[in-house]
Amino acid sequence: MACISPDGKPTESGTKMLRALKSGLGSPEEIAKDAGLPLFRVRSGLRELTGAGLTTEASGKYEITEKGAELVK
Amino acid sequence: MEELKEQVTSMPRIGEPAPAFEAPTSHGVLKLEDFKGSWLILFSHPADFTPVCTTEFIAFAQIYPELQKRGVELLGLSVDSVSSHIAWVRNVEEKTGTEIPFPIIADLSKEVSMAYGMIHPGQSKTETVRCVFIIDPNQIIRTILYYPLTTGRNMDEILRIIDALQTTDKNAVATPANWRPGDMVVVPPPNTQEMAEERLKQGYECVDWYLCKKKL
Repeated sequence: MACISPDGKPTESGTKMLRALKSGLGSPEEIAKDAGLPLFRVRSGLRELTGAGLTTEASGKYEITEKGAELVK
Repeated sequence: MEELKEQVTSMPRIGEPAPAFEAPTSHGVLKLEDFKGSWLILFSHPADFTPVCTTEFIAFAQIYPELQKRGVELLGLSVDSVSSHIAWVRNVEEKTGTEIPFPIIADLSKEVSMAYGMIHPGQSKTETVRCVFIIDPNQIIRTILYYPLTTGRNMDEILRIIDALQTTDKNAVATPANWRPGDMVVVPPPNTQEMAEERLKQGYECVDWYLCKKKL
C-alpha cells in the first residue's frame, strides 16, 4: 500500500492527497497539482484511499469522507 | 496434430496500444492507465543488485529531471520482488548518493514481461532483457529498443528520441539521422507529381524533391 500504512494511517503522500481534498471536491489532476505529486501516484493513491473508505468518487471527482477527515485533523 | 502447449504471445509493435497491466511496484500497485496523459518510458532490467543495471538506474535517475521537463514518467521492471527493489534502491542511494525517484514493477508472475516480449529465452529464460518502450500520452507505443544483457543503455539516445517524437507530433515533420534539437527537420515527402514540382519552389533546403529540410 503506497498511501495507507499497515496500521491503517495514511502515509505522507496519502496525507497530502487527503489534505488537498479537505477544501472540497477534486479531480485527480487538481489533487496532483495541489499535493505536488505526480498524477500517476495520485490516481493509484485515490484507488487505495477510496478502497479504504477515506475518499469517495463520483463522476471523476473525489471527496474526503468523515473517516478520512478524521485522520488529517 | 500435436497439441500446442506453449502459449504464443505476439510482440508489441510500434503504433499499437501498449498492453494494459496492473502490477505491484515499489510505489504501490500501478496500472498503465494511471499514466494516461503523460509520456511513459517503461523499461526492464535483468535483475536487482547487478552491476550494469545499477549503472543504468543511476543514469536513468540522472536524466529524470530532463524527462520531467518533457512530461515523461519513468517506470522500471524486473522479475524481482518489491522487497528486493526497495532494498536495492536503498542500497544504491546509500552507496552512490543517487536517489531513484521512479517506481519499479515487481513482475514475479512475469505477466507484464510476457505481454511486452521482454523475456528472450536465447539470452535468459528467467530474466528480462534491457527493453525500452516509449509510450505516448494516448498510450500508443511509439518506440521500442532492445539491448542485450551485457550492454547498458544510452540515456542521450533515449532523450534524443523523446525530443524527436515530441518535435514530430508538434510540427508534423520527421527528423533526420543524428538529429538533435535545433537542427533542421525533414519536411514530409510530397505525394503527387504536382506537389513535387511545388516543393522545390517553397524555399526549403532541398537535395531533391523527396528530401527537403527546414528550420523550425
